[in-house]
Amino acid sequence: MIHSESRLLVLGIGNAQRGDDAVGIEVARRIAASPPPHTAVRIVFAEASAIMESWRGAQGVVAIDALQSGAPPGTIRRIDAVAESVPADFGGTSTHAFGLGQAVELARALGELPPRLVLFGIEGADFGHGAPLSPPVAGAVREAAARVRRELAEWAAARAAKP
Amino acid sequence: MAKTRTIKVDYLARVEGEGALYLKLAGNRVEDVKLKIFEPPRFFEAFMRGRGFAEAPDITARICGICPVAYQMSSVHAMEDALGVKVGGMLRELRRLLYCGEWIESHGLHVYMLHAPDFLGYQDAIRLAKDHPDEVKRGLRLKKIGNELVTLVGGREIHPVNVRVGGFYKAPRKADLLKLKDDLEWARDAAVETARWVNAFKFPEFEQDYEFVSLCHPGEYPFNEGRLVSNRGLDIGAEEYGAHFQEQHVAHSNALHSVRTGGGAYFVGPQARFALNFEKLPAICRDLAKELGLETPCRNPFKSIVVRSIEIVFAFEEALRIVKAYEEPDRPHVEVAPRAGIGHAATEAPRGMLYHRYELDEKGLIVSAKIVPPTSQNQKQIEDDLAKFVPPRAHKKQDELTWECEQAIRNYDPCISCATHFLKLNVERTP
Repeated sequence: MIHSESRLLVLGIGNAQRGDDAVGIEVARRIAASPPPHTAVRIVFAEASAIMESWRGAQGVVAIDALQSGAPPGTIRRIDAVAESVPADFGGTSTHAFGLGQAVELARALGELPPRLVLFGIEGADFGHGAPLSPPVAGAVREAAARVRRELAEWAAARAAKP
Repeated sequence: MAKTRTIKVDYLARVEGEGALYLKLAGNRVEDVKLKIFEPPRFFEAFMRGRGFAEAPDITARICGICPVAYQMSSVHAMEDALGVKVGGMLRELRRLLYCGEWIESHGLHVYMLHAPDFLGYQDAIRLAKDHPDEVKRGLRLKKIGNELVTLVGGREIHPVNVRVGGFYKAPRKADLLKLKDDLEWARDAAVETARWVNAFKFPEFEQDYEFVSLCHPGEYPFNEGRLVSNRGLDIGAEEYGAHFQEQHVAHSNALHSVRTGGGAYFVGPQARFALNFEKLPAICRDLAKELGLETPCRNPFKSIVVRSIEIVFAFEEALRIVKAYEEPDRPHVEVAPRAGIGHAATEAPRGMLYHRYELDEKGLIVSAKIVPPTSQNQKQIEDDLAKFVPPRAHKKQDELTWECEQAIRNYDPCISCATHFLKLNVERTP
């Protein structure tokens, strides 16, 4: 449950010991270093029930995870998960067949989606045990973090503009 | 000549890891059945050589994100066997509590998200959730409480970090465990409702005369300790495992097939434990089985979902017992000194018995390691089930038959990642 002071949540998803699967965690850590107002940062393993639990109570959630879609490594993909459905295999290297994509769609089926939910997927290259981030993926961290911040700032501005 | 027909499932859904099924029918006769495990083998046994004994629980926990506790438990018990250490009292109780958490997490995921959709005709849990939201929410909450148990005792919910040879790095505080009591009581009752819910599903008529194998302990439903027994007279200590079980390489699988020496397939997991240890279940589980009309032994593998649900009730009841009686131990672990030796252990992972054997040198470094996961033990039994399950149903349409074959595989809650240290379905038919 999100503390009422922190309406917004940045969720870094992945496994820090599996190469590029750590990219969501790296982006979240960057945000955590100087978090925007009313924003909590969490890191979770790519497991649907843990993901759904982590965003309970949040008004807006930006989740970041690694992707394996065949795009060039380091490619950043944005999905407005409230507006559009998310592919079941979106995110990470979890073989449990129950990752971020399923968490979003299960939450949608149960009527438990956060009011705002944006996903950033960053295409990975190397998901080896204990591997560091590969250069193109490491190179995408800064831009991804900047886009996460822009998203949060737009939400804050939209809230402030409300009468 | 009968025409042939194949059933192929290239990537089995709702199983842990990557595998496939290939089944070739000539008329109503199954000519070939292969449960293919093509997730690459992960060579854990090889890369543990030369590592210290104390590293085994943390390294082996990485084999699986669903059942890391099982790997930790089998490894610490095997190491303690090699090093002449016995862990008792509250530390032993904490190990059981940690195992309760893992059974709840794993069984909860399988019953609600992976297996229930088969019986209710849904492609996946998301479509199940649209029509049965209250049940799915109940399943998620049950699983969450399992996660909390593992986090509290194990340090975090996936790949716990608090387990060591000799005990734990840190014992949980009594006050923290007691905070879980109300949730555990809710969850035990919700688990009873779960068992009633799944027992109303329609089960295919299918029974086999299995050799069930599980741990058997004189006083308790088995997690960490006991002899390896079967309904056909096996009764051995873990150190005798190698003389009674064999691993065979088959070309179609990256997981080794296990068979009984001089025999064939055998069955590990919830139904085996239930068949061999029914009397050790607490009254709430035995009464529930009676209410549900569940016979023991239960020889219909499709009813594994009911047995698994009764084991969830057991895990919550056992967790409550331990939490209520818990007293913080003086020390979180017993001292362990390195020495040369060989150690064996078998513990009960959610999907069945998990055997570890280690040989250590005088510095406590690992000379050799052997790990036999439950899914590789069940692999041949799954193929045997399919070979007998399909012929009476060979007249069915391809998509219906394929669905039922996948369901038959999921009866075993296969954990393919573990087994390769292991699934895709091909059914080929000659009509």
